[in-house]
Amino acid sequence: MSITKPSLTVLAWGAAALTTLAAVMIFAVAPEDADQGFSQKIFYVHVPIALTAYACFGLGAWKAYRLLATRGERYDLESYTGVHLGTIFGVLTLVTGAIWAKASWGVWWTWSSNQLVLFLVLFLFYCAYFMLRFSVEPGARRERISAVYALFGVALIPVSFFAIRLANDFIHPTVFTREGPQMTGEMFAAFCVSWASITLLAYVMYRVELAGKRIDANLRDLREALQP
Amino acid sequence: MSSGEKYVAAAYGVFVVVVLVWVAILATKLARLERETGELARLAQARPAGEQADG
Repeated sequence: MSITKPSLTVLAWGAAALTTLAAVMIFAVAPEDADQGFSQKIFYVHVPIALTAYACFGLGAWKAYRLLATRGERYDLESYTGVHLGTIFGVLTLVTGAIWAKASWGVWWTWSSNQLVLFLVLFLFYCAYFMLRFSVEPGARRERISAVYALFGVALIPVSFFAIRLANDFIHPTVFTREGPQMTGEMFAAFCVSWASITLLAYVMYRVELAGKRIDANLRDLREALQP
Repeated sequence: MSSGEKYVAAAYGVFVVVVLVWVAILATKLARLERETGELARLAQARPAGEQADG
């Protein structure tokens, strides 16, 4: 049984509708935080973006694994697109995090927070992916080298994600604990809608980017076949 | 505008700007693909009929 992928148009409209709903919930429904005040609203964009960055890197690693396991050429572009989007969301995580840090702690960055430093390490690791990829001639060798590198990076995701829980990090806040989310129901609902909208937006971006890269590759093949 | 509001506007603004830059880059790429597709279509049409049948 084959599962048909939903139409890109439907997904794009869904992402637009969810983003609008998320904006309404964040600014009209969710109450202002008693401790941080209005600046806490950054939480609704920063955390979903960070989780989406992890998901994109994870997707890139999963596709890399599929490439190595099945030798399917199409997984190379899928893995590359996943890592590419992960890097875009990684930049956004670092920038929105720095703005929130300045608003809450009075500094743009602190090296004493394991969560921040480990995310930076993860981000830089995947930035190096592009240097490695484009330093090798296109072909099966590049596909394999890129896949192995993307797969290695996935080990950093749980380390980065759980760093705050594994270490005594008193700077970076822990909102989701074993007792559940430390926020009101409206705040949690706004967070969930925001997370869903950003994840869907990232998926739409993934599909569009992938289509573009595939057209590019097909055109290259076509040009080689047509040119005398 | 309070200091908190400025930071919130900056964080959401960065997100919107990055998505818009991504759209702009994609639009540039789409224009390039359109141009290249046109060139390839002209190249295919210019080929002799026998060559086209042979592939």
